[in-house]
Amino acid sequence: MTRGDDSRDILMIIPNAAGGGYDQTGREAVKIMEDGDVTGGDFTVDNIEGAGGTNAFTEMVGDAGDEHTMITVGLGVVGSLYSFGNERRLTDATPLAQLISEPEGVLVPGDSPYKTIDDFVEVWSANPGDLAVGGGSSPGGPDHLFPMQLADTVGIDPNDVNYVSYDGGGPLTSALLGSKIDAGFSGLAEFTQQIEDGELRVLAVSGEERQPQPALTDVPTLTESDIDLVFLNWRGVLAPPDISDDRRDELIAYLQEMHDTDAWAAALEQYGWTDDFKTGEDFVEFLEEQDERVSGTLEDLGLL
Amino acid sequence: MDTLNLLFDGLGSAFTPENLMYAAIGVLIGTFVGVLPGIGPAMALALLLPITYGLEVTQSLIMFAGIYYGGMYGGSTTSILLNTPGESASVMTAIEGNKMAKKGRAAQALATAAIGSFVAGTIGTLLVAFFAPTIAKQAVKIGAPSFFAIMLLSLVLVSAVLGSSRLRGFIGLFVGLTIGLVGLDLSTGQARLTGGITQLVDGVDIVVVAVGLFAIGESLWIAAHLRRNPVEVVPVGRPFMGREDWARSWKPWLRGTAIGFPFGALPAGGAETPTFLSYIAEKKLAKNGDEFGHGAIEGVAGPEAANNASAAGMFVPLLALGIPVTATASILLAAMTTYGIVPGPTLMTDQPDLVWTLLASLLIGNTLLLVINLPLAPLWAKLLQIPRPQLYAGILFFASLGAYAVDQNPFDIALLLVFGAVGFAVRRFGIPILPLILGVIIGPLMEVKMREALDISNGDISGLFNEGLAIGIYVIIVLAVVVPIVIDRVRGDAPLAADAQDGTNDKEEVSR
Repeated sequence: MTRGDDSRDILMIIPNAAGGGYDQTGREAVKIMEDGDVTGGDFTVDNIEGAGGTNAFTEMVGDAGDEHTMITVGLGVVGSLYSFGNERRLTDATPLAQLISEPEGVLVPGDSPYKTIDDFVEVWSANPGDLAVGGGSSPGGPDHLFPMQLADTVGIDPNDVNYVSYDGGGPLTSALLGSKIDAGFSGLAEFTQQIEDGELRVLAVSGEERQPQPALTDVPTLTESDIDLVFLNWRGVLAPPDISDDRRDELIAYLQEMHDTDAWAAALEQYGWTDDFKTGEDFVEFLEEQDERVSGTLEDLGLL
Repeated sequence: MDTLNLLFDGLGSAFTPENLMYAAIGVLIGTFVGVLPGIGPAMALALLLPITYGLEVTQSLIMFAGIYYGGMYGGSTTSILLNTPGESASVMTAIEGNKMAKKGRAAQALATAAIGSFVAGTIGTLLVAFFAPTIAKQAVKIGAPSFFAIMLLSLVLVSAVLGSSRLRGFIGLFVGLTIGLVGLDLSTGQARLTGGITQLVDGVDIVVVAVGLFAIGESLWIAAHLRRNPVEVVPVGRPFMGREDWARSWKPWLRGTAIGFPFGALPAGGAETPTFLSYIAEKKLAKNGDEFGHGAIEGVAGPEAANNASAAGMFVPLLALGIPVTATASILLAAMTTYGIVPGPTLMTDQPDLVWTLLASLLIGNTLLLVINLPLAPLWAKLLQIPRPQLYAGILFFASLGAYAVDQNPFDIALLLVFGAVGFAVRRFGIPILPLILGVIIGPLMEVKMREALDISNGDISGLFNEGLAIGIYVIIVLAVVVPIVIDRVRGDAPLAADAQDGTNDKEEVSR
């Protein structure tokens, strides 16, 4: 791909496979920018898989000064950089904007004895090792960090948590439907249908407020249940390091314009994402804070 | 019968000349993209999905089904002709298929693959149509312990394909298992056997290993011997399957379907295990088992049918539970959502017209695939008449393209060359390739299931035995190991003699 300096074309790197969360967010944003001809050029989307996003991020950082590249990242990439022993941090790139955040939920099978998050936490606290909890990410990913932080908050040593890692939402769903594990921790977008059908039950959501989707409006937040934890998965967009300030502002303006469209509002609703748009310094601070939190959790677990 | 009427309604709404044209286009581009090695059905679908947007629902579903089956089938073409499997589920096809092609029987191999895929796909789709909700309910109960037991059973059965020398066979198997260990430890996130190379933390893609061992290894071997040995010209075979080919194919097709479908229907079943279970079953059952390793048509018919039956079975958890079990299924799920199909237990009752149109489209796509590809088989087979140097140049090109296409990562090409060198070495030392590639495929799958089972029980060994099915399979394993020994004792033969006899037929040709 050749993108000369005067070209208006942009490469969007997606750090995981087609169909995953980063892919949905990144492609949706690109589609809206293309449809609205926001940049005056074309987009190329490239899925660079591997090592939980570390490969894609490393490659992007290697293109320092490239003003025609962006990458979609998120909480999972923060953790992966640590768990894959990469020295780089997201702030080494040029942060552009956070696009969305997405609360997670605590899921149990429809016939589970746990009706509320209190039921679950009570049994869990008594014998953390006896309950198998699962998530769709490997250690360091959002579905792993969430139960660990929840355990920490309710006074369970995260080291005692029996976490079973599944390869994404599909296998996690079958484990829950087959009652192979006691609880699952995950974003809820993939589970809407099973929740509506009563095959799965959500004990709590991890956002600051309840979720707007009809199937989830009755589900309390953790804070409502007197558990002082807000856990948000999030996704945003970065550019390579060492690009000019003018270009950075221009790219941020593109994303701002994309964010203000009706199409984006519709996408947020379709995927159940929370509008959580931050740019510039706010986003940089947010990234630093996330970095500290993730590394703290992983350190407690002895995974660093 | 109610279900039957619904299916006919679906077929009726799908069966118009215009729709058939979309199906044909879908099959053609699906096959074309699927033929490129490294581009399996998942990537073919992801690349081609946008084409179906903008059409009305029925038409896009039909075209989509065509792309799906075309992409599935395309992989077997390169496996057979060029020894470069495009995805892990076609690896077994390459083993006998390419041997057949070298003996001038490429057209028969392609035909038995196409018809086998058709038979399996059709039976599989019909089973989905009639039984999806029932099967799905039972399938989620089968968990990691049972999967682990099944894989252990297949490892025990691997001894059937070890070749003439058990020692060399086991060397191959363990080299394969070691390659399968490369990558991140699932529970702790520790990198294993990666030598500090980041690109290796996700493990080694089976396609890269298989293409390296098969295609590159063979090209190097041929290149090293081309000057010394006379060039064996690939004989020009007959263009179509003869009576004997049919007689030898139909049972493997049905057996392959029977083995493949349940695996597809199980969440996390996958297509790899059934393809090689089918291969092993065919080898055991074949009257002239010694032809295996030299191009036995049963070894193509069975695994190809198993592969496609598993692909059809995948619709069971997808439609009835909304669970995508493979990469292909996740893309299918995304596509179905854009077409307004919301999978789940109530799907069949909530949106019968869409579901039946989808199932009817799958049947039509499957049929068109056969209609279009069967006449093409003899044409494809002519490809092998290209002079040796040019042919192998082409194979090297496609192999590299395939390895690159898996992840668009130049590192994989370097890796491909490394496995090419390994492929050359195992040929040089007479180590059979089959157990090696089985180790690469089954090792990681087995580990995932074992870790999951043990994780759930928090490390307690009982986690491996807490399902009835698992215990049943362990009993079979014990019987499979003990019974032959007992029989030998009773007969008064020393077991070793039996082994040697068993092995002489295989000779080392498995590795060539």
